[in-house]
Order: sequence, then structure tokens, then C-alpha cells
Amino acid sequence: MKKEWPIWEVFIRSKNGLEHRHVGSLHAADSKMALENARDVYTRRSEGISIWVVESKHITASNPEKSGELFEPAKDKVYRHPTFYNLPDELKHM
Amino acid sequence: MKDSTENLEIEFQHKIDQGYNIEPKDWMPEKYRKTHIRQISQHAHSEIVGMLPEGNWITRAPTLRRKVALLAKVQDEAGHGLYLYSATETLGISRDELIEQLHAGKAKYSSIFNYPTLTWADIGAIGWLVDGAAIINQVMLTRTSYGPYARAMVRICKEESFHQRQGYEIMLTLCNGTEVQKQMAQDALSRWWWPSLMMFGPTDAESTHTELSMKWKIKRKSNDELRQQFIDNTVPQAGILGITIPDKDLKWNEKTGHYDFGEIDWEEFWNVVKGNGPCNKQRLDARRSAYEKGAWVREAASQYAEKQRNKEFTEAN
Amino acid sequence: MQDKIYQYLLLTGDNAMILGHRLSELCGHGPSLETDIALTNISLDLFGQTRNYFQLAGALTTDNKSEDDIAFLRMAHDYRNVLLVEQPNKDFAHVIVRQFLFDSFHILLLKELTNSNDQQIAAIAQKSLKEVTYHLDFSSEWVKRLGAGTEESHQKMQDAIDFLYPYSGELLEETPIELEMKEMGIGADLPAMKTNYYNHIHQVLEEATLVPPETSWFQSGGKKGIHSEHLGFILAELQYMQRAYPNMNW
Repeated sequence: MKKEWPIWEVFIRSKNGLEHRHVGSLHAADSKMALENARDVYTRRSEGISIWVVESKHITASNPEKSGELFEPAKDKVYRHPTFYNLPDELKHM
Repeated sequence: MKDSTENLEIEFQHKIDQGYNIEPKDWMPEKYRKTHIRQISQHAHSEIVGMLPEGNWITRAPTLRRKVALLAKVQDEAGHGLYLYSATETLGISRDELIEQLHAGKAKYSSIFNYPTLTWADIGAIGWLVDGAAIINQVMLTRTSYGPYARAMVRICKEESFHQRQGYEIMLTLCNGTEVQKQMAQDALSRWWWPSLMMFGPTDAESTHTELSMKWKIKRKSNDELRQQFIDNTVPQAGILGITIPDKDLKWNEKTGHYDFGEIDWEEFWNVVKGNGPCNKQRLDARRSAYEKGAWVREAASQYAEKQRNKEFTEAN
Repeated sequence: MQDKIYQYLLLTGDNAMILGHRLSELCGHGPSLETDIALTNISLDLFGQTRNYFQLAGALTTDNKSEDDIAFLRMAHDYRNVLLVEQPNKDFAHVIVRQFLFDSFHILLLKELTNSNDQQIAAIAQKSLKEVTYHLDFSSEWVKRLGAGTEESHQKMQDAIDFLYPYSGELLEETPIELEMKEMGIGADLPAMKTNYYNHIHQVLEEATLVPPETSWFQSGGKKGIHSEHLGFILAELQYMQRAYPNMNW
């Protein structure tokens, strides 16, 4: 069987200045085609003003089985959040 | 060993029950993976085959406004097929394999697309009825348990919102038009009504997949519930158009708060599923032909990309 | 005067419409889903441009023609598109080469039209230019991919070039209307584009390892209303509804 075009992941930044967001994937023979295809497939409704594409095989993902050790430890570090600190209600601009 | 798989399964089901999504790298029972490959690819195939009956009318659309709307709609379906194939691919199967299954007649797609589009009004009826029926299913699927599928559905539902309106507007224009146009609309409703009801699949009593589908939240409502919802939505819409739904048993039931409706011709349903619909062969032939004619193009692009990479590599060293 | 601008708008509008039509025939039949979607985008751009031109043209008519009257209700010899755009989708190589030969011209035309004395034409050109810049990128890239891809793709591309290249000359042929519009500062100077046009084409073809055929003879006729046999069939589909059910709203 002939080789299929590789899969690319597509990230798009919308007009409102937020970060590039993963929107989906597609097939393309090369990076240039991947960008064109991303433009044609994922910005048909003016969804974005900037596109990143990366070949899926280059993405290293965290292992879900390690979710516990990776993400649980942050949960009790409540002092990283502003609501941890008790301040009087009349205090303004803080 | 058996114990640990059992534990994993319990944990897995617990996760679904708690409303968490299952993601591609998460552990999942083999059956879950297989069922999803089947269902999502079936859905993808339906989008792609579904381009054909409507695509028929692009070159014959009666006005430029209608033409661009239809073209954009059929293009959306290609996009939706693409999103869904991508979601299937996260389960460890390639798009090429999926397409081969379709072309070999091993994969199913929605039977509705095996009916012919005979007049312009069929484009209206498909948008109104077929997309109307599809969206009921799809809205439900935005909350399905498999993450990539659910996310594809969110995107699809957002984009599909114009499809049904496009179809209904065509019907409305016809029904407000000349006698010939109104007849065209009536004829389309008469031909598409029953096949649309069949889109929800066999009755709950006959359906084999329902229980597991419910457990995994692939489905949250049964075929019959969804069908009823569609009928309840659609009957008043036909009223506004002033055309008649071809079911003499159709009537409002005060007690149930739903419309009662007549018996669906399940023999026809199973025949079309089995490949005996008016256009089954034609649709698959069209898909195969496009794929085969495109083989040299895909191959050339691959080779060119490789040559470019080699060139860059040589230049860099 | 109004009638001449009307005629001039047909020349540009018909090219967009007939090429858009040819591309729309491919929707659902492309070599990959991604390419299918891309070609449809180009088709939609072209139909969008068609509508802009025809709406403008309609406003110039005494009987207030609509865009659809202009698009659907003319006789074959009243269409003014070049022969190139009505050539059939024989295979993907033909689709790409036809597109490339047209885009390479289209971009030059629109660049000039952005300076048109006619504000509305300039505005349409401004908007279309962005679309067509992308079209040309797309088709040029594909010319290179397929030209320098495999032996098979190279051969198909060379065949397509050999067949379609002789249709490129008509794009730059100046009809009396075009001459007049040029002199009034409304239209573009077609003969002046010739060097740029062929330089660009030959450069891309060279990168694609393709050779332009040796020819001094160019096909023409479409701009004068003398079309190939293909147009009749295109119109049979395009006009079907309007002809079979005249005077109705859709």
C-alpha cells in the first residue's frame, strides 16, 4: 500500500489575542501543504489570524497513568491563589 | 492478570459515570476502542458519501446565492468527514484503512444517502429533514464519553447550524412560489419523510447496540426517543410550509404530549442497509473513483515532500 | 458608455464564473479531503467575485438586471469568458495547470484594476486580489509538487501543459472593449502584462521541471463569444433551472 500523507496537528490563534489553541488535525505531504490545508479546513469562518502546524509524531505527550504524580501535587498548594489570603473587605485596589 | 484488567475496567466505567472524558492515551477496553472506531468512522463515511447527493445540484443551483450556500454546505461536510476521520485515527487506525473499509463495502454509512436527489426541492428537503434529524443525534454526541469524538461534534454542531436553516429557507421559498414550485416541495417531502425517520435506526426493541452505547454515553437517548423528538420538532414546521407529511396516522396525542405516527417500512430500511437502495452502488463507485483517480496525486506529493526534505538535509550538511 | 463598462465587467465576471463552475464540479471528487476543501474554497472565492461584478454590471443596465439574470439568462455567444476556463477537468493535472495559467494572469489583472478610475471596480479588485494571491500560491505549489513529484505525475503535468498552454494567449488578447477601457483608465493594459505573465509562468514551470510547448499559435474566441463545444454543456447545467422554470423566485 502507498504511504499515506502524515498527520499534522493544527493550532490557531483567534483575533482576540488568546494563545494558539489546538483545533484539530489533518493530513498533508509537507509543512507548506499542512499550513495551506489548515487555512482551508480550519479558518473557513474567520476563526483565526495565525496558524501553527506540527507533525503529530513530534509531539511528546504526558502519560495519563502518571497523572497522579504529575498533577495531584499542585492541588494542595492553595497559597498560589489569591483567595488564600485573608484581607479586610474595605481594602481596595488589590 | 485478569484481576488487574477487571480493576481497570471498573475504574474506566467509573470515570465515564463521573462524566470524565476518555482520551486517546487513556486505558480503554478493546471493545470500547472497536465500537468507537466503527461508530465514528461510520459517521465520517456518512459525511463524505453525503456530499454526493447534494453535490449533484451544485452545478444546477438556480441562483448564485443558492449556489454558494450549497457549495459551502457540501464543503462543510467534507470538513466534518475530515474531523471525524481524525477523531477515529486517534484510536490507532489510519484514514486509508478506514477508506478502504468503506470502498470494500465493509463499513456502513447513513442509508439516507442512497436515495436520489431528483429535483432542486430535494436540496431543501435534505437540509430541512436530513440535517434536522442529524443534528438531533449530533447535539447528543457533543457529550459523548470519547474526548476527540465529543470535540469534533462540538465543532460540527457549531458549523451545521446554518445547514438546516439553508434547507428550510429553500422549502419556504418554494412553498411561497408558484404552483409548480409548491408541488416540487411537496414531492420532495413525500419522498424524504420516511427515509428521514429511518435515520434514527431500528426501534429500541430491535436495536442491538443500544445498551452498551448508553453505558458508554455514545448514546444518551434511545433511537425511538430521538425519532419522536424529531417528529415533534418537524410537524409544526411542515405546517408553516403548508405541505403535507405523507403519514395518514400522524396526529397529536394529547395524553402523551407527542405526535403518534404510522408504521415505518422496515423492510425497505433493511434492504437499503444491505445495499439494495436506489443509489448504493452509484455512491460507492463515485467515492472509489475519486480515490483511485487521486492516487497518483497523493503519491506525487509524498515523493516531492521527501525529495525536498533530502535536499534540505543535503544543503544543511 | 455604461454599456461598455457592462461589457467589460462581463469579460472579468464570466471568467470567474465559468472557472468557479468547473471547480465546483469537483466538490466531493477531489484527490484528498483536504484538497477537495481547498478547491472548493477557490470556487467560492470566484463565485463571490462573479457576484460582485454582476451586481455592479446589473446596476448599469436600463432594465435593472439582477446578478442572476446576467449569470443565467444569456445565450452562449453572449458569454465572454476565455476558452481556457471552460476546458474540462480531465484529471487533476489539467485542473491545476488551468488554475495556474489563469491565476498567473488574474493576479496581474487585479493589481492593475486596483488603480482603475472606476472606484467600484477598484474596490472589487482590491478585495479579490487577496483571494487570488492565495490561489496563485496554491496552484504554483501544486505545479511544483506534481511536476517534480513522480514520473507519472510529471508526465501528466507535461501533457496538461502541452494541451492548455495554447489557451493562455487569449488572456492577454486585447478586444476593442478592453482597448477602450484601458484608454479611459478604467481597464487594465493587457498587452503590457505579457512579459511579466510569461516570465512568471516559465519560472515556475522550470522549478517544476516542466517545459512550455513550442508554439506560436494560440487558441482564442471566447472573449468574442465564439466558444468551444464545452460551454454549451456547462450552460445546460448552469441554466437548467432558470430555463426550465422561468420567472420564479428561488
